[in-house]
Amino acid sequence: MEHNKNISNKSNLEKLISIKIEDSEALGDSIVATIYEKAENIAKSVVSVNDKRKVNWDRRLDDVLTSKITGYPIMLLLLGIIFWITIEGANYPSQLLSNILFGFENKLSSFFFYINAPDWLHGLLIQGMYRTLAWVIAVMLPPMAIFFPLFTLLEDLGYLPRIAFNLDNAFRKAGTHGKQALTMSMGFGCNAAGIVACRIIDSPRERLIAMITNNFVPCNGRFPTLIAISAIFFGGIGLASGKPSSILATLSVVFMILIGIIATIAVSKFLSSTVLKGVPSTFSLELPPYRRPQISKILVRSLLDRTLFVLVRAIVVAAPAGAITWLFANIMVGDNTLLNLCSGFLDPFGKLIGLDGFIIMAFILGLPANEIVLPILIMSYMSQGAMLEFDNLQTLKNLLVNNGWTWITGLNFMLFSLLHFPCATTLMTMGKESNGLKWPIFTFILTTGIAIAVTFTIKTLSTILGLV
Amino acid sequence: METYNNVSIRFNQLKNENILLDQLPVGKTARIKEILNRGICRRRFLDLGLIPNSLVSVERLSPSGNPIAFNIRGSIIALRREEAQNIVVKPI
Amino acid sequence: MGLTSQSSGLSLLKDKYNLSKKSEDQIVIALAGNPNTGKSTLFNYLTGLNQHTGNWPGKTVTNAQGSFKHKDKEYLLVDLPGTYSILASSQEEEVARDFICFGNPKLTIVIADATCLERNLNLALQIMELTDNVILCLNLIDEATRKGIIIDASKLEKDLKIPVIPMVARDGVGVDLLKETIDMIVEGNLGISPLKIIYKDRIEALVSEIANSLPEYIKENYNARWIALRIIDGDSSILKSIQEIIRANLYIEAEV
Repeated sequence: MEHNKNISNKSNLEKLISIKIEDSEALGDSIVATIYEKAENIAKSVVSVNDKRKVNWDRRLDDVLTSKITGYPIMLLLLGIIFWITIEGANYPSQLLSNILFGFENKLSSFFFYINAPDWLHGLLIQGMYRTLAWVIAVMLPPMAIFFPLFTLLEDLGYLPRIAFNLDNAFRKAGTHGKQALTMSMGFGCNAAGIVACRIIDSPRERLIAMITNNFVPCNGRFPTLIAISAIFFGGIGLASGKPSSILATLSVVFMILIGIIATIAVSKFLSSTVLKGVPSTFSLELPPYRRPQISKILVRSLLDRTLFVLVRAIVVAAPAGAITWLFANIMVGDNTLLNLCSGFLDPFGKLIGLDGFIIMAFILGLPANEIVLPILIMSYMSQGAMLEFDNLQTLKNLLVNNGWTWITGLNFMLFSLLHFPCATTLMTMGKESNGLKWPIFTFILTTGIAIAVTFTIKTLSTILGLV
Repeated sequence: METYNNVSIRFNQLKNENILLDQLPVGKTARIKEILNRGICRRRFLDLGLIPNSLVSVERLSPSGNPIAFNIRGSIIALRREEAQNIVVKPI
Repeated sequence: MGLTSQSSGLSLLKDKYNLSKKSEDQIVIALAGNPNTGKSTLFNYLTGLNQHTGNWPGKTVTNAQGSFKHKDKEYLLVDLPGTYSILASSQEEEVARDFICFGNPKLTIVIADATCLERNLNLALQIMELTDNVILCLNLIDEATRKGIIIDASKLEKDLKIPVIPMVARDGVGVDLLKETIDMIVEGNLGISPLKIIYKDRIEALVSEIANSLPEYIKENYNARWIALRIIDGDSSILKSIQEIIRANLYIEAEV
């Protein structure tokens, strides 16, 4: 009985559903309007604004932060300040960590000696794994642990939507969504996080563009590399003491980032005119009131969170990578090490784009995480895959120069680092977010292709123009 | 996205002192007369509080001129010019 | 036949939401609100999950779930995406609406920003149409006070006919009262019959007509008036969801 009633009601409903209710739009409007009216009436009767004389701080702040004259310069300045604090602030902790960790290494080595452990075991575990681990922690942890909380502070303040507000025009012209400015910002911290952040973009097409181009923003894992190389080749190292000028280092990093942003917009435009063509979606962005962030809470939580993250990554990714590199550098094939063999094979290609075989190897081995590229490279250059102690950058400079680096190499290295394929985590995240392998693979090819094209161009130009 | 990009249609809708929302000067307030979108876009506007007969004012422009930040029922919401062109308002 | 709205509605959408109830006794609470109202702050405060809350619209884009205990009862709190309304068809709004409508939470907490009440009330009223068990949390009252905005919470409570709790989620102010209120509702000591919105005559007439011709199963287990309103709206995604449920229900009935 009930069964039959359900069936007959079902067909009635289907009838209703299939009849397009005439005027449904006007009715829909009326419904929405009624609800809003009610909300307005209730709010009016319940809310009283007391002190109209209070200064509208939000408006004042926005007047400065989004004005024609001061808007963009302030954005650049903030970017510079954040990086400067990161770079400058990381110096002391890095030194400290380095002293502790490498000091501990001596104890470990003594222990190995004491138990008469075989040489190769000592090499693999200590010179390979431990040193890489120590290097990554000493060099990468402090900047990451400083940058993330700073960025979080900015986020909690409410400044990020203003960035999107200021930059939307550029993204609109590139055929994408202004919120890409936000996902780009997230990418500074971690590209994988930036990919997940792309969910704030509704349109699938624009979301994909944001995901694919997120890589052009250097993540925390790439900063220290960029900073070190820029300090060496553009930061006036060797001029005075071994310490680079933080200001110069900051400027070159900011410069790299600007290139990254330009690449993002250019590639976005390219994608939205070719592979991911389509109409722009609706754009509405709320500029929320500025909120006073809970500074201490954020700093503590973010600091701990980041530190843990970097430590875990170092153990899981960097240590094994160090072990593998050491093996490559100590396994003999014929009368050459495996490392030399591989890099020799890659060398012609490397030289073509202003790099060398070892650098290419380092990038390839650095697929799991960007922060291990530089340590791997250093280990490759040192004989037998030993690891450089984090002394001062002068030592690093000597190492590089002795291996044939010029400032063109430095420049191309930085550009390649900026533009090349995303790290494995990012690729996997992209796969999950886009439900398939297609787009990660596409991104891999696109980004690497661009990296090769740019470095090749610069190398060729420099050869033609006779710059060393 | 369904918008009436045909300018002539829009001018036909404009009577008296009605203008399109993107033409409202900074700091001025207007009453919404009509929303020209249909479908999902229309819904979006309604949900943001852009309902016929309610007030909207221009808070500021982006430094590059686009988008425009509007004050809608107390919240500041930025819309692109092209989309603001779908809302007919009467300045007050 | 043992068909309860609980088993069919939830099971239909469980894959969609991956509700990971620890036990059948866990009480499901939905947490809804406009973007940028401190929803995540409240969520973190109640469940202790370490999630970062940013002051940027659209940040909460996934269904976060967390659990907390109060007075020997286990609760599963589902953090819905921040939305301005549950009428439009953006994916996030669909998710929020589908969960409250078909996911059958025991009660729904709507969190509002005291500094712009009017806009936030819009969502609250919509949700009150959908389900009876609603609590309104008036968050960020410290910010409102700073701006010279004063809200008469008890008058608001009388007008809306639902519990209204002033709150500063960041510092935990009001959270205890919230937990108490939740407990009272769950225990059955507090019945809520929220303010209902009355529309223009023509719409009300259509609503009755449609609500009556809905299948018995839907009428018994879901909010027929609300569904009728959505059909009038021309909301196509709600129709799809209803059809799914009808189909699933008929399928199960046929099996029996």
